Amino acid sequence: MENIICACGHSNPYGTKLCEKCGRPLTEEGKQTKVVDMRYDGSAIRSKTYNKTFIDKIWNFFSSVKVGIALIIITLVAASIGTILPQEIYVNAPDAGKAEYYEKVYGWFGKLYNYLGLSDLYSTWWFQILVGMLAISIIVASLDRGIPLHKSLKNQRVKRHESFLKRQRIIAEGQVSNPEETLEKVQQKMTDLKYNVRRDGSALLAERGRFSRYGPYINHVGLIIFLTGVMIRLVPGFYVDESIWIREGETRAIPGMEGYFIKNNKFILETHNNKPQGEQEAQGVNVVAKNFQTDVTLYKQPEGSLPGDLDNLEKVRDYSIRVNHPLKEEGFALYQMNYRLNELKQMNFDLVNKETGESLGKAEIDLTNPKKEYDLGKGSSVQILVYTPDFSGFENGEPQTKTSIPNNPAFLFKMKTPETPEGEVSFVEIMKPPLEPLGENKYRMKFASADTRNTANFTIRKDSTIPILFVGGIIFMIGVAIGSYWNHRRLWLQVDPDGKLIMAAHVNKNMFSMKKDLDAVSSFADLPPYIDQLEKSEDVEKSTKPAITKKEGDNTL
Amino acid sequence: MSLIDISGNLLFVAFIAYLVATLFFGGSIKQSNATGKNTDKWGKLAIAITIIGFLSQLGYFITRWIHTGHAPVSNMFEFTTAFGMFIVAAFILIYFIYRMTVLGLVALPVALLIIAYAAMFPNEVSPLVPSLQSHWLTIHVITAALGQSILAISAVAGLIYLLKVVDVTKPTKERFWLETVMFCLVVVVGFVIATSTFNAMDYESKYSYVDKEGTERQITYNMPPIFGMNEFKAIEEQGMSPIVEMPSLINAKKLTTVVWSLLVGSILYLLIRLIARRRISAIFQPFVKRVNLQLVDEIGYRSVLIGFPVFTLGALIFAMIWAQIAWSRFWGWDPKEVWALITWLFYAAFLHLRLSKGWEGKKSAWLALIGFGIILFNLIAVNLILAGLHSYASN
Repeated sequence: MENIICACGHSNPYGTKLCEKCGRPLTEEGKQTKVVDMRYDGSAIRSKTYNKTFIDKIWNFFSSVKVGIALIIITLVAASIGTILPQEIYVNAPDAGKAEYYEKVYGWFGKLYNYLGLSDLYSTWWFQILVGMLAISIIVASLDRGIPLHKSLKNQRVKRHESFLKRQRIIAEGQVSNPEETLEKVQQKMTDLKYNVRRDGSALLAERGRFSRYGPYINHVGLIIFLTGVMIRLVPGFYVDESIWIREGETRAIPGMEGYFIKNNKFILETHNNKPQGEQEAQGVNVVAKNFQTDVTLYKQPEGSLPGDLDNLEKVRDYSIRVNHPLKEEGFALYQMNYRLNELKQMNFDLVNKETGESLGKAEIDLTNPKKEYDLGKGSSVQILVYTPDFSGFENGEPQTKTSIPNNPAFLFKMKTPETPEGEVSFVEIMKPPLEPLGENKYRMKFASADTRNTANFTIRKDSTIPILFVGGIIFMIGVAIGSYWNHRRLWLQVDPDGKLIMAAHVNKNMFSMKKDLDAVSSFADLPPYIDQLEKSEDVEKSTKPAITKKEGDNTL
Repeated sequence: MSLIDISGNLLFVAFIAYLVATLFFGGSIKQSNATGKNTDKWGKLAIAITIIGFLSQLGYFITRWIHTGHAPVSNMFEFTTAFGMFIVAAFILIYFIYRMTVLGLVALPVALLIIAYAAMFPNEVSPLVPSLQSHWLTIHVITAALGQSILAISAVAGLIYLLKVVDVTKPTKERFWLETVMFCLVVVVGFVIATSTFNAMDYESKYSYVDKEGTERQITYNMPPIFGMNEFKAIEEQGMSPIVEMPSLINAKKLTTVVWSLLVGSILYLLIRLIARRRISAIFQPFVKRVNLQLVDEIGYRSVLIGFPVFTLGALIFAMIWAQIAWSRFWGWDPKEVWALITWLFYAAFLHLRLSKGWEGKKSAWLALIGFGIILFNLIAVNLILAGLHSYASN
């Protein structure tokens, strides 16, 4: 493509709207309008210039702000759909039963919702692609506009052609008696107002807050860094998410944390002892939890020891893990997530004669690690033939267990006494009379007592992407603050030696603040009154909206 | 008088002050022979009363904070009241940038409605559950609420803009939607009237019902039940029985509240229409007659610019930091989180539309109103309807 030669002789890249040197409008459209479009300062934008090859088309698609906005809106609507029903992770049902849950609780709508994958919407491929496209749009649009804008801001000339100045929103024209004095005064006042003032003979350019034009690009960089961080989590090793249940008194290896062990010393649940009132009462909530805490000891295996060797653990430290106060070690963090109170630990049975009630001894059964046989002395013993920690019924005559947690322990005992050396078989379940499958027994196992303990559940998390996310977040905030709280104000002034003055001003947003500065400098340097070329437009808005107001947005991008 | 009583009285004083200030703002504009000077004098008085009210509410906030030991933003009453206070703060801030009196005439009634709405929730001091016991409660919630409040001012400016621009003499879509916005405001008043009336009557009916998971539960209505819960049985009933039984998916108690508010609001609206013989938007129009449209538009845009970074910081960044500490993950697609993201995306779209497509004036004003609608949806609907980790009421 050939360059555009401006009337001033400067050669501009193809697609330039306002001459880089003197500012003359180069397009027919620009020459027609009263106020020029100052977005990107009239520089050549790739996406607005080329549209031939396939790559051009892709580039133009993603660089379009219209497409960007459409992507934002689609993402927004999609995200809201995911809140109509609770997402799968918040549904209180086992993984396999989730589909059933949606149908049972929410009827046909729930079934459809789950069938369409909306119950796990945020992990669906199409939602991820949407976010990915948004990211591409951010990158492409920023490169497309940011680089030309940067170039044109960097190479600004002080002297601009009249046709440029007259097409600014704010202009003033008139005659002054002493050109040099006016220029001096404006220079002085604008410097006082913290503008950066440059002179080129009879021309003056006062500029303030140019850096604010970079705000949007900086925040886009922050967003991209953030999204990159989110994607890096998928790389193995960057992200660990494990869970562990650990009973009081137990020491266990921490999953995901090689060589570390944790001992649960004590789980503590405290409640507020307030009188339920208001909303709490209406909800029927009797007590409000005050504290979930597990006192733990963290251990580390010495270097070079065998994986299962628990004898030579080195204590790292004691800690009380509470909600909001995770235990942190080497980039890992352990969070208090859940608990079970009063889980059965041990059950004690007496072997008694049914008729006399006489006890022949006691069997103390550790429910997590029961022995095969308990010798009660004097020729009596009890054998455990079958143990089901969480008894759920019989299947083909075999007792079944739902889980390995001792919620509902049941035993098939074989009791031997001097009187019954052959042994009697009895099936014992909590709170139920014993079953005697092989005929009437003389002896029975009588429940004496049980010990309980609490169990705590921790999440073990390592997220090495957090620093990346943090950097992204900070950069985003800096960019968005720069772009929002500062603005780019410019004032051009040209006073010919014969006293003919022309002044123009541009601000990328917040015209109010610019006008304050203009008022100050106008009265100080006795400048002719300025006019806002867009001011009147609103009165005629209802009938014929001028084309210019449609085009002229605030030009931050 | 204990500290919590002082606190309650300060809030009451603030409420009255806002009410009086609204009248003064109205008076400063309405005077038929209003000269610039006159308007200025009344306007100054009005802003002075607003500041007194704000200081009084700040007093409420601080004394309640001292009494409870945590920032009073932990339940629906506390948060919504604080939201009202921050709206007043944001208004004062914008007022001193632009000195526009008419803003007060809309911003203060909005704040009043929000505080009145808050007062309908139980205002007892509730103890904090473990996950809320963190300094991040203070940091995250206050910053987020402040951001939302500044964003709300753009809706205030938008409403003023539309009241001036929309021609209420011709039946247009715009006229309809503008009047709908006004109607919604009246419905909030309806809610306040209905709730406080039945409260004053000590209305209470108890029912047992079966919830969606098949468990039997009990529920207490504080308004006469129009709708009954799934398979409800009366335990203690006053006056009337539910007319219609709802399926277990719908909380009939909340639906009853909504319908009562709509009923009372509609009656109120009809009364206003009958007495004034005009649309509510038409009643307000004389007040905005002399408004400088460009300045209002600029205020609307500026408040989004000021509020957006604050909202991002409070509602997303601080929120993520706290979520990482309390729940072990910085983001969990909880409904409240999602709606904060939606709010953020919406205002991002707003800014891009304005920047590159030049959506100014009317379009921008409508967007600002929709944005405020999203903020209110996140406050009201997400807390009360879509249950999640953030619904303050649940455990």
